Amino acid sequence: MLSTRDLDREAAVRILDVAEEMSRTADRSVRKLPTLRGKTVVNLFFEDSTRTRLSFESAAKRLSADVITFSAKGSSVSKGESLKDTAQTLAAMGADAIVVRHGVSGAAHLLAHAGWIDATILNAGDGTHEHPTQALLDAYTMRARRFGEDARGRDLAGFTIVIVGDIVHSRVARSNVWLLTTLGARVHLVAPRTLLPSGMGTWPVTVHESLDAALALEPDAVMMLRIQSERMRDAYFPSEREYAREWGLTAERAARLAPDTMVMHPGPMNRGLEISSVAADSSASTVLEQVTNGVFVRMAVLYLLVASEAQEES
Amino acid sequence: MVARPVLNGPDITRALRRIAHEVLESRRGEGQLVFLGIPTRGVALAARLQAIVEEIEPGTSSHGALDITLYRDDLARTPTRTPAPTRIPAAGIDDAIVVLVDDVLYSGRTIRAALDALADHGRPRAVRLAVLIDRGHRELPIRADFVGKNLPSSASERVSVHLDEFDGLDEVVIEA
Repeated sequence: MLSTRDLDREAAVRILDVAEEMSRTADRSVRKLPTLRGKTVVNLFFEDSTRTRLSFESAAKRLSADVITFSAKGSSVSKGESLKDTAQTLAAMGADAIVVRHGVSGAAHLLAHAGWIDATILNAGDGTHEHPTQALLDAYTMRARRFGEDARGRDLAGFTIVIVGDIVHSRVARSNVWLLTTLGARVHLVAPRTLLPSGMGTWPVTVHESLDAALALEPDAVMMLRIQSERMRDAYFPSEREYAREWGLTAERAARLAPDTMVMHPGPMNRGLEISSVAADSSASTVLEQVTNGVFVRMAVLYLLVASEAQEES
Repeated sequence: MVARPVLNGPDITRALRRIAHEVLESRRGEGQLVFLGIPTRGVALAARLQAIVEEIEPGTSSHGALDITLYRDDLARTPTRTPAPTRIPAAGIDDAIVVLVDDVLYSGRTIRAALDALADHGRPRAVRLAVLIDRGHRELPIRADFVGKNLPSSASERVSVHLDEFDGLDEVVIEA
């Protein structure tokens, strides 16, 4: 699982359906499943992350896998060990799957295809490239909110989704563009020109510069992206106040949304910058559902990729 | 490949009616009955059994589905399957008499997995097993409490249960 670009509609809907069954374990008396007993899942995080790491850890544990978490800080990586040596060390410890988060785009792809290790590789975010499980949990959240009990087997055909903000640095946006389009939704991107990547000509999206114009489309969901200050070495917009005014989901904009428009954010949120507290805490907000659903989606992906050694798909 | 019919539609209905009576008899007037079918065809059989029981003694039973995919002991050896929905009646299974329902009892491994799955949903007062066909060849110490038909078969034969809900007609056939 490296990129949502590799998923066809059938595979994507299957992951969402499995995730739905996983979600039903949450209200049982015992929440754990024995499915991955005896398997080892390694979380290999070269970049800071709280929710993705905890989400993967929690998902693997609910499936009874053994979990080893490895953060680059305080490890031999800070002594200059290469990705290859680190990966081979983990493989030697018997990892069945490696969940990798890395600051360099393509790191997960390199691990999966360089022939260093046999373990299944799951991309948990590589640079500004992709973050497939985040897109899957976003799609799952939209489907579950809209269809409830009747979600199984459905895609997102006919949905209009507006993604707003720091597109250029956002792997979440990239993964979502591919996945949501595959699922039949129409994706609109809104950002100041400086935060749009070059080479978007081939993306199946409509680009707007004005957030108000995009919101006038009455979208099914508005996804606010985090302004990734840590990746910004230059000034991409004049001031935070101006960004919030032009491209932020202010209380005033949130009030104008249709009542069933979902307000999404992958977290962590910069309250007052890309999203106001009023919008983030409203009943339209799916922020906490996204966190809950993230565990189910990651359980589904781990099950589908790790459970069987007689693999029929990659 | 010759398909030999073993049970026709009326045979299946009669077998289910008999099982429903036997289940009620073994209940001895106490406890809620929860019929849990094992996907795919067990779910339809559980619904039919429960409907018959409800006709005879209304208000004593409910039905649902218990998927066992995530509890199988051969997950590593077979291609990944998509789990079917599990539906436990809202009242839960604590202190109820759960009747697991499946179409064919063979190695017993499915039932082993179902017992594990059940334990994660609660603690029933008792668990019973009802199957339409018992074809033998058990690999585990498991037996059915209620059997539609015992069908001694060779391991190379294939027993197929077709039900109206999925296949458009009711029949059981054995193929060499």
